[in-house]
Order: sequence, then C-alpha cells, then structure tokens
Amino acid sequence: MRFFMRRQNWSLPYFIFMLIFVVLPLVLIFIYAFQDADGNFTFDNFSKFISSPEAANTFVYSIGVAIITTVVCILLGYPAAYILSNKELCRSKVMVVLFILPMWINILVRTLATVALFDFMRLPLGEGALIFGMVYNFLPFMIYPIYNTMQKMDHSYIDAAQDLGANPINVFTKVVLPLSMPGVMSGIMMVFMPTISTFAIAELLTMNNIKLFGTTIQENINNGMWNYGAALSLIMLVIIFASELFSDGEEERASNEGGII
Amino acid sequence: MKRFFAQAYLWLLLAILYAPILIIAIFSFTEAKVLGNWTGFSTKLYTSLFTGGVHHSLLSAIENTLIIAIVAAAISTVLGSIAAIGIHNLRGHKRIVMNTLNNIPMLNPDIITGISLFLLFVSVGITQGFATVILAHVIFCTPYVVLCVLPRLQQMNSDIYEAALDLGATPMQAIYKVLIPEIKPGMISGFILAFTLSIDDFAVTIFTIGTGGLETLSTYIYADARKGGLTPELRPLSTIIFVTVLVLLITINVRSQRANKKKKALGK
Amino acid sequence: MGESNFIIELSHISKSYADKTVLDDVSLYVKKGEFVTILGPSGCGKTTLLKILAGFGTATSGEIKIAGADITDVPPHLRPVNTVFQRYALFPHLNVYDNIAFGLKLKKVKQDEIDARVRKALKMVGMTDYEWRDVNSLSGGQQQRVAIARAIINRPQVLLLDEPLAALDLKMRKDMQMELKDMHKTLGITFVYVTHDQEEALTLSDTIVVMSEGKVQQIGTPTDIYNEPVNSFVADFIGESNILNGEMVRDRVVKFMGSEFECVDEGFGENTPVDVVIRPEDVYIMAHTDSGMFDGVVQSCIFKGVHYEMTVLTPNGYEIMIQDYNAFEVGQQVSMIIKPSDIHVMHKERVCNTFEGKMIDATHVEILGTQFLCSEQPNVVEGESVKVDVAFGKVELMDNKEDGQQVGDVRFILYKGDHYHLTVRTAEGENIYVDTTDVWDDGDIVGIKIQPEDIVIRRA
Repeated sequence: MRFFMRRQNWSLPYFIFMLIFVVLPLVLIFIYAFQDADGNFTFDNFSKFISSPEAANTFVYSIGVAIITTVVCILLGYPAAYILSNKELCRSKVMVVLFILPMWINILVRTLATVALFDFMRLPLGEGALIFGMVYNFLPFMIYPIYNTMQKMDHSYIDAAQDLGANPINVFTKVVLPLSMPGVMSGIMMVFMPTISTFAIAELLTMNNIKLFGTTIQENINNGMWNYGAALSLIMLVIIFASELFSDGEEERASNEGGII
Repeated sequence: MKRFFAQAYLWLLLAILYAPILIIAIFSFTEAKVLGNWTGFSTKLYTSLFTGGVHHSLLSAIENTLIIAIVAAAISTVLGSIAAIGIHNLRGHKRIVMNTLNNIPMLNPDIITGISLFLLFVSVGITQGFATVILAHVIFCTPYVVLCVLPRLQQMNSDIYEAALDLGATPMQAIYKVLIPEIKPGMISGFILAFTLSIDDFAVTIFTIGTGGLETLSTYIYADARKGGLTPELRPLSTIIFVTVLVLLITINVRSQRANKKKKALGK
Repeated sequence: MGESNFIIELSHISKSYADKTVLDDVSLYVKKGEFVTILGPSGCGKTTLLKILAGFGTATSGEIKIAGADITDVPPHLRPVNTVFQRYALFPHLNVYDNIAFGLKLKKVKQDEIDARVRKALKMVGMTDYEWRDVNSLSGGQQQRVAIARAIINRPQVLLLDEPLAALDLKMRKDMQMELKDMHKTLGITFVYVTHDQEEALTLSDTIVVMSEGKVQQIGTPTDIYNEPVNSFVADFIGESNILNGEMVRDRVVKFMGSEFECVDEGFGENTPVDVVIRPEDVYIMAHTDSGMFDGVVQSCIFKGVHYEMTVLTPNGYEIMIQDYNAFEVGQQVSMIIKPSDIHVMHKERVCNTFEGKMIDATHVEILGTQFLCSEQPNVVEGESVKVDVAFGKVELMDNKEDGQQVGDVRFILYKGDHYHLTVRTAEGENIYVDTTDVWDDGDIVGIKIQPEDIVIRRA
C-alpha cells in the first residue's frame, strides 16, 4: 500500500502494460521474421522478399507513392498553413477547424467519398485517383503541424528581421522558413509514414489494380504466412525508423497531436 | 489584394477537401442504389438506416463500434491518467524511458501495431474477439490520454498537492479532492480523443477482431467495399458522422475560445 | 534543554540525493512563540529544511520533534504544522471560502463552526466579504492573504512560511511584513519563515538562522548577526560590507591593506591569516589630513536617499566602500579612520584548496573527477590516495569551457577590495575556490585549469 502512496510508482502498472502489449509484440515481429513455419532460425523470409520481384516491386512502388504524396502535401499544405497562421490573411479560427476536421472522419469513409467523387466526375480510377486520394486523406496531417509551429512562432522575430532591413522575401526565406522547419519535419512524418504503411485504401482507389506494400503484408498475414508477413513488417519498420531518425521530430509530433482538441 | 488571393486559395483547397464528402451527403437524399444517379429527393435511406431490418448487420456493426469506443476510451482514460500522474513525478532516466515507451504506439504505423498484437495473441493462444479489439484500442489510445493529461499536471502549481496534505488531507483525499479536479479537463479531452481514435480505427481492428464474425463499422465498410458495391445506407451514415463531428469540433473550439477570452478579461 | 522549552527540535538533520548533499548535519531548536527566519541564498537548503519540517520530504538522517513528540516518520497530514507556500498553492477549482474551509471540512468540523471560523480568519487577514470570490480573480497580495487564512484557521502549533512575500511588489511586501508581525503577536504561535531577503529577515525575526551550502553558518538575533558575523559569508550576505584578507599579527593588532590596525580581537595566535570585515557605515571619511589612518582617492559617489555611498581607492590598490552623510567629490583626496571595535576579525575557513586525490602514475593525479598533470613524484603506487593543495590564486578560469581541464559554474562571488574570491562548483559537485582579478558573473560556466607546478601533493 505504502508503495503506491509514492506517486511516481503510479507509472508502474502502465510500464508493465506497455512492456507486455507494446514491447513484447514488437519483439515477436522480430522473432517471427527470423523463423520458418516450424520455428527454426532462418533468413529465408528475407531472401524470399529480395528474390520475389512482385513484393520488391510493390515495396519500391509504395515508397515512390509515399514520396510523391508527401511532396504534393508540402506544396499544397505549406501555403495553407502559412495563411492560416497569419492574422492579417486569416482572422477566423473556424477556418483552422475546417482544415483539421477531415482528420476526424474514418479513413475508409473518406476513401469511399473520393471514389464517389471520381465516379461522379466520370474520371477513371487508377494511379491519378490513388495520388489524389492519398493527398486528400493526409493533407490535414501536413497542414496541422506546420500551422502549429507557425502559430507558436514569436512574431517579434519577424519584426526584428524587418527592423534589421529584411524585405518580405528575405523575411520569409531567412526567418519564417527555417523556424517552421520542425513543423514541416513532423508533417512529413505524419504523411509519409501512414502513406507507406496504409493498406486497403489503394485497392479501393484503383479497383484492385494497384497494390501497395501494406496490402502485401496484410495478405500474407491473412493467408497464414505469419513469418513472411513479420519479415515484411520488419522491413517496413526499418524504413520508418530510418525516416524518423532523419526527421528527428518525435517530440514535436507528439505534442502536436496531443493538442488537436 | 494579398488577403483576397490568400482567402481564395484556402477556399479552393477546402472545396477540393470537402467535395467528396459533399457528394456523399447530397446523394444520401436519394434512393438510387448506385452513387451518382439522382432519382429524386427522398429520406428513405435515413429511415431504412434506423429501422434496420434488412441491414441488421450494419446496425450491429455501429453498436459494436460504439461499445468498443466507449469501453476502450474509459479504460484508456483511467489507465492513462494514473500513468500520467506517475510519469509527472518521475525524474531523470526513468522519465525518459517512460516517455519513450509512451511514444512507441504513436510512432508505430497502425499496421505494425495490428500485426504485432495479432502475433502476440496467436502465440499465446488467445481467441480474438471483442476483448482483444478493446485491449488493442486501449493500447493505442492510452498514450494520447497521457499526452492530454501531462500538460495539465505541468501547468498545475506543484505545491497544491502538498498544500492539501498540509491541511490534513490523506494522500488519497488529496488526490481526489485536489489533483483530479485539476486534471479533469485533460482527462475529458483524452477521453474524447481516445473515443474518436477508436471509432476511426481500421488497421488495428482488422488484425485483432478474429474470425468470429464480429464486425465494426470500419470492417463492415471494408468488406462491403471489397464486394464491389457500397451499401446505400452508408451514405446517410457518413453524412451523420460528418455533421456530428463538425458540430462537436466547432462547439468545442468556440467554447474554448470564449473561455480563453473570459480568463483574459478576469486576469486583468 | 528541558522539553517544555522548545516547540521544534531538529537534531542532526542531513539530506542527500544520490551523491549530492543538500543538508549537512543541521540542528535547530526553536522556542515556543518565537519568530524564526531561515535565511540564505537560493540553493542553500533552506526550502529543503522547511519541507522536511512540514513532512513533504524525508531526511536521510536526523530526528525531528515538535512539542516533544517525535514526528520524524509522521506523514504531513498528521503533523501539527501548516504551511504558507511561496506561490500560494490555492486550489484553483475552489472559491475563497472552500479554500479556507478545506482543512476544517476534512476534520468534519460542524458547518456553523466552520462558517464562524472562516469569517474570523478572513477578518484577521483583512479580506472580509471575499468568501465567494474565485481565487483566480484575486491579486497576488489577496491570494497570499487567503493562503495565510487557510493555514492559520487550523490553529497549527507552528506556521511555516516559504518565501511568502517573494512574488509581491516592494510596496505590498513592506505592508505584508508589518501585518505578518502583528499576526504573529496576536496568534502567539511559532513562525518559521524562509527567505533569501536579508532585510526582511532583519525586520521580522526574533532569531535568524543563516544557511549556506546546506550548513548552518550562524544562529542569533538580528543585531548579533549584523554586528558580529562569524565568517565572511555571513558578513557579505547580511548588509553591505568590505571584506579583506588580513593577518592577525598578534592579539589586538591586525594587518590589512598593507598597514597594521588596532582591533579588539584576541586569541587568534600570531601571524594567522584572517578575514577582516568592515561595515561601510563604520568608516569615517574626511578631507585629506595627516591624522587619518589611511588615505585614498574617491572613485565614485552615489546618493542613496539618506546617505552617500562612495568607493575609495587606496594607494596600494584596495577599493573600500564607505557610507557617509557627507558627499566627497570624485577625484578628491580623502583620509579615513576606523575605530578598533568596528574592525571585525574572522577565522578563514580555508587558506587554500584541498582536494582528496588519487595518483594515476608518477606525473598524473586524479582530482575533481578528472586527470591533472603534476610534478613528478617518487615511488608512486597506482591508485594511492593523496591530499592535493592548490593555492586560490593559482587556479585559472577560462571563458571557453573546452580550454579547461574541468568545467564548473560560478556559484558565489566575494569582492575582497583588490580581487574577487569565487566559489566554482564543478560538474561533479565539488567546490573549488579561486582568487582572480577578472570579473565573472554568478552562473558563468567556466573552464578550470591548473598548471602542473601549482599542484602540491601531500602524501601520507
């Protein structure tokens, strides 16, 4: 009893919970990835991946789709975030809510809505629909963190830059852009990561014509190929871990997401 | 002039963002089976969504989704708040470890969380169903609750807990008379966040739901869409979900803005 | 030491976190009804001591008694003390009434009695009719009054006040000081007051406890502490003072600033290094005359409201601060006189740095958590424990911390007339004392360098 009187020990149940349900399952992915169906140690799952053109191609294709989606999201989202955070250009906070609102709608519903739009406009489903759908799904995740960083930006930096003789373009390139980079970084993480790991979305948007890496993983797990599926998951984890190291914006992302409501 | 272009850009973007949803909303008021055919105004899809009958499975999927969301959000809120109080009182490397652990489920893609839990359940031999879905949702929702409650604890004057003890409250009394009222707003937003995340989730659910025929809204839509068709009743349902979320978010924001203004006025 | 005499008995309290000692063998006995102030700079351990007294922290060793009862292991909610917190710590979700009634409600006191006592407490702090106000809408001073009412309503035997006025502006602080003093008289309970403000301590207290570096430096009445500081720290911390290096030539004769002065101190032995403290108001200043004890040139002269504060430079390079009702022009030749009884002579705590060290090899010694090059030592055993002396003046401080052999931050600065005496805390938590003529600021991060020939090794 006295043990739990010390409030710092209150984190202990959660610690144990996380060990069992977060750390252990990740370890299991690792173990399964290096085992064959009988539980013997093997590298076969990985050599199978490298030698099978279909899985490898899907992998490369998925990364390509993720990169394109991310770039388009930055190009569209950065100006939007800039305008939203600028008091002279946008006075209403409701605008911000309108932009983050789609984040709160089921991704499948959103995807179906996109399909409906393409049907309605009599546009063919395919690669174009895939990119449009991905951008449509994840654009709010790019706008929000950038907006957040820009909003917290101390306006006196801009005043100081102007005071020191910077013209509007200088102010943007030398002050606003560098200071908003953390937001861009976490935006990249929040778009790139779900895009590369998504499944089901691509099939719906392309009438089952294009498969992304997430779907390959899911199909293997569904078909009982747990070890191969785990190996593919591990490959995806490595990619994501690498991109996280690259962006190094973990804390940013965490704090941004906590403040959505 | 600059303002005009800026506003125009925003509205254009919004129009593209909302076009699909609008189309769904518009075509929820017609009977046609195939989306895009307008066969005259009708609210039949709305009535048939609620009277059920033929689409019993959709109704039960909605019911399951709500039950799972409420239970998972409640458990996450309790677990996350206790954890946040603990983490808040940790120092040094222990705190870093806890923060890192807390970040893992948020940084993990859903599919990885789903597969890793699937592997855990099959290797231990747990039958998947309601309980595993709720457990899975608690796992990915709790970190968000922790993140909602922690800032409240940090903003709180750290002396007030000790002040309560000083005035004769036992540690338990101090927690529920002083600490809980202070972190309540964080717990509420944590609950709402967890609830929405749970309702939205698809990737984790599909790996932990098992093969017992249990359906949530997400898995129902997925199965439905894969069959090629799209149950027409999903249109009114999506519209209702969308309007609810819209109203909820706007009221929350307007209220918090008002509260902020009031606080500022009082502060002077 | 009869039990009835003391309401608080703190015996040999020590507290350390990991390897850091926050309180080092503190003992303190407080009489019933006394107004005791624990005074010291931030980080001296005064707040830790108060927390231990309130029960929010536990001592690593030592014993606490209140009214004769051992409460060392009693949790805070069962202790007969109440605290007024520095940042008030009012419960933001409760109004003024519920904040004040908090303790009584927990004790299940009857409602009408609570009403009466809350009203009485509010009246005492001059906040009648504020019962239903939201505490967040009150000003700092009002919040502090509520915090005091909330504490005293429980009729504690001891009221602990943790820098209660620190967040208020100057005018409000002066008013509250008077009110606190009145309250202390009316209530008749013991006040233990923590502050870093020496003026506040001198104004309010019956007894002052001066603390530094986790140790009690001096306990005494305000007059004792001001007039007879026991060491240079206390002298510097309480009031303004000139602190100079000196040498006790023999009884009643002390040498500083290059000349011998008559004083009243005895028993220091002969030719003993000492610290000499002279209060600025105790130096008599006059236009140049042959009858002065020493001469100088006025460097600056500032009007301070009642008196003038001047700095005078002596021919051999010492700066002396002087307060006088008469102003002297900058550049003017002046002469000074100091009465023997105004020269306070104090033992030096140390005359050079002494470290516990370990030999690495014949030319390397480990001190301050790192290796230093030293002059070659014969017959060295690796790991041999040694004592290492380094003169204050032989420690070099560098702006660039990478240039030093070890890093530290400047903790305490004492001006000694012609140089600064700095206390520098290394990253490992050890203190190194440095004499320098360079100007450093409190909190500066510095590199520490010692030349091999200045490291004096004493081997067993």
